Amino acid sequence: MSQRSLRAARVCKSFGRQHALVDVSLAFAPGQVTCIVGPNGAGKTTLLGILATLVRPTSGEVLLGEEVLSATVRWSIGYLGHQPGVYPDLSARQNLRLFAALYAIPDAEARVDFLLERVDLATVRHDLPARAFSRGMLQRLALARALLHDPEILLFDEPSSALDPVGVRWLAEELCREREAGRLVILVTHDLDAAAQVSNHMVVLRRGRVAADQNSPAGFSAHEVRALYQEAVRDR
Amino acid sequence: MTGSFWRFTLLIASKDLRIEGRSREVLYTMGFSAALVVLVFSFALANATDPAQGPITAAGVLWAATLLTGTVALARVLDRERENEAIRSLLLSPVPRAAIYLGKLIATASLMLVVEILLAVLVGVLFSSAVFGHPVWLATVLALGTLGFASCGVVFSTALLRARSRDALLGALLFPIVIPVLLAASRATANLFDPLAPDLEPVAFWTRFLLATDVIYISLGLWVFEPIATGE
Repeated sequence: MSQRSLRAARVCKSFGRQHALVDVSLAFAPGQVTCIVGPNGAGKTTLLGILATLVRPTSGEVLLGEEVLSATVRWSIGYLGHQPGVYPDLSARQNLRLFAALYAIPDAEARVDFLLERVDLATVRHDLPARAFSRGMLQRLALARALLHDPEILLFDEPSSALDPVGVRWLAEELCREREAGRLVILVTHDLDAAAQVSNHMVVLRRGRVAADQNSPAGFSAHEVRALYQEAVRDR
Repeated sequence: MTGSFWRFTLLIASKDLRIEGRSREVLYTMGFSAALVVLVFSFALANATDPAQGPITAAGVLWAATLLTGTVALARVLDRERENEAIRSLLLSPVPRAAIYLGKLIATASLMLVVEILLAVLVGVLFSSAVFGHPVWLATVLALGTLGFASCGVVFSTALLRARSRDALLGALLFPIVIPVLLAASRATANLFDPLAPDLEPVAFWTRFLLATDVIYISLGLWVFEPIATGE
């Protein structure tokens, strides 16, 4: 795994007259799970979109190591949103094969086998379309798709929304596993308890600005996360 | 454009065609709509007496049905990207956005061409037209007309991917833009269907016109697809 860090430097994003992000500067290190929290409309998803190269900042830049984040570094990014981003008419294996071909992954079949095993979908009937999957199965397939090309950075946008408690726990375990593997993980969530479970870097956004940015190598307790959040979003 | 660009393009197109090959829902819907349109027109125009109008009517019916069924194909092929936000995974992959556009264009045009073969046969039977008098010219006109229609259609369909009433909006936005393609294609087709036409010069003219229009539309499509797909 590469050890490049990700850095947002004075990133601004406006949609017409509306400022979604204002002067956001943040650093994300490998082996760290960063949780970005904040009220609705704080700019969390916009920031994640910029980090994923899906949205262009109005000003400022994002650097992966020394390289400016652009289309050329898409190989380094894995993304998992609240929608699974897979084709419902294809089976799990067909979906992964398709994305393996799009990422030109060598020895794709072995990689697909490995990931299906890892997300516990190897025993699912091979021709069963993803349309017939439960929400939990879809999210497991989505994680396999996000990990397929072994990305340096994993971006999660509220991945546990609509998952049952078992699914939420499974996802938290996977996040911790990726952190241990040295991957740079960024998670956008509304769930402060889930954030406390996995993160060692907390960022609170409020009205498009960074209201809090704290590291804790040992992790955060649920109480610490709540206190940090409430202090950051309190009207001053 | 490198070899990998075309590999990506064909991957996107083959993915859509494979999904359609499995479900056949778009082809069945298009085929049914096409047959219905041709049948309705053939009943409505059964008492038309002017034989000189026959080729013009047959060409008009062929392209009216193509317009309708093409809209069905466009809506559904892009709908597959909307479900589960699959388009986001595609946009996040290292595939050039131009390859995504061309892949979608090839898939849509292929489906339309399959239905157009059925349409041509039906029009030939129900309107007693010599549709296969010039099969190579007919294939060229159909292919160019379809490409022109689909090249605009993929752009508009992508733009409307997240719109609530996209099916209604697609036709309203797309049809005025593709008028030059439809005019040229139907004029060329009418000339091809006319057994009394002295030569194929008008067909050659309209075919060149279609080719030029396609080049412009596809170039514009390649240019605008990325900002439209990403919503930027």
